[in-house]
Amino acid sequence: MGILDGKRILVTGVLTDHSIAFHVARLAQAEGATVVLSSFGRAMSLTTRIAGRLPSPAPVVELDVTDPEHLAALEGRIREHVDGLDGVLHSIGFAPETALGGNFLHTEWPDVATALHVSAFSLKSLTMACLPLMTGEGRTSSVVGLDFDATVAWPKYDWMGVAKAAFESTARYLARDLGPQGVRVNLVAAGPLKTIAAKSIPGFDEFETVWATRAPIGWDLADPEPAARGCVALLSDWFPRTTGEIVHVDGGVHAIGA
Amino acid sequence: MSQTLEGLAAIVNEVAGTPIEDITADKAFVDDLDIDSLSMVEVVMACEDKFGVSIPDGEVKNLRTVGDAVAYIDAQS
Repeated sequence: MGILDGKRILVTGVLTDHSIAFHVARLAQAEGATVVLSSFGRAMSLTTRIAGRLPSPAPVVELDVTDPEHLAALEGRIREHVDGLDGVLHSIGFAPETALGGNFLHTEWPDVATALHVSAFSLKSLTMACLPLMTGEGRTSSVVGLDFDATVAWPKYDWMGVAKAAFESTARYLARDLGPQGVRVNLVAAGPLKTIAAKSIPGFDEFETVWATRAPIGWDLADPEPAARGCVALLSDWFPRTTGEIVHVDGGVHAIGA
Repeated sequence: MSQTLEGLAAIVNEVAGTPIEDITADKAFVDDLDIDSLSMVEVVMACEDKFGVSIPDGEVKNLRTVGDAVAYIDAQS
C-alpha cells in the first residue's frame, strides 16, 4: 500500500536524475501512482532517456507551457496514456540570462515578461489545460508547484525571485477559484538543490553558505529527496483540507532570522 | 577506433547529429562539435547507460575533448 495508490500524476520538469521532479516521479511510482511525464523541444530526448531510469517506464508527452496549441492538445495527449489525472506537479521555470545574476536594475521588460510567462503564468496555464482531466462529480485532485521562498530578496536571483512571488500569488488565486471543483493548489518552497536549473543561476554558491549556517535541521544541496517527499505528500490524500499553502522544505531556514 | 570511441561517436551522432566520421579523439565537444550544455548532459547520460559508468557533474567540465571522455570511461569500466 502506498499513499498514491491508484492515482494518476502528471510530472513536468524531469530533465536529469538530479531534477527534483525526477525524484517526485520516482517516489510517486513507489507509492503506487501511474506517472506521465511532460517535456518539450530539445529536452524531449533527454526526458525520454531519463524516464528509463524510473522504477517503471513512464510515457513522455510534449508540452511547451507558453504554446497555446500545446496547451490545447495536452488533454488529448495525456488521454493516450491515462483516462484522467489526480495530481499535477509543476516544476517549470526559466529566466533569460539578463534577468539573473545581479543585473536587476537594467533588465528590460521583454526578458522579465519571458520569466513571468514561463515561471508564474504557466501554473495557471498548466492547471487549466489539465482541469478537464482532474474534475468531475465528487472528485478531488491536487496541483503542486516547486517554489523558492519569494518573501525576501536573494543574491543574484533577481527577476526569477519576482517571478516566484507571482507564482506564489498565482497559486493562492488558483486555490480560490478551483477549490469549489475539488482542486487543491499548494507549493513546496524547497531549499537550494544542485540541479540543472541551479547551474544556470550565477552565484548559486552563495546560497550554499546561507543554508550551511542557518538550517537548524541541516540541508544537503545534493539530496532532492526531502523536497520530493514534500511534493508527494501534498499530492496524496493526506492534506485533504490544505490549499493555497506553501510548505517549506528548506531545513527550517525560512523560520530563522540569522 | 577503440570500442569506447566508436560507442561515444554513435552517441554524439544520435544526440547532436554530428557525422560519425567527424568525431575523433582530438575534437573538443564545445569548440569543434558544437555540443552545448544541454546536449552534453544528454551525451553524459547516454554514456552512463551505455558503458555502465558514473560520470559526476564535477567531472564533466574536465572532459573537454572526445579523447578525454574515452579515457575517463575506459578508466572507470
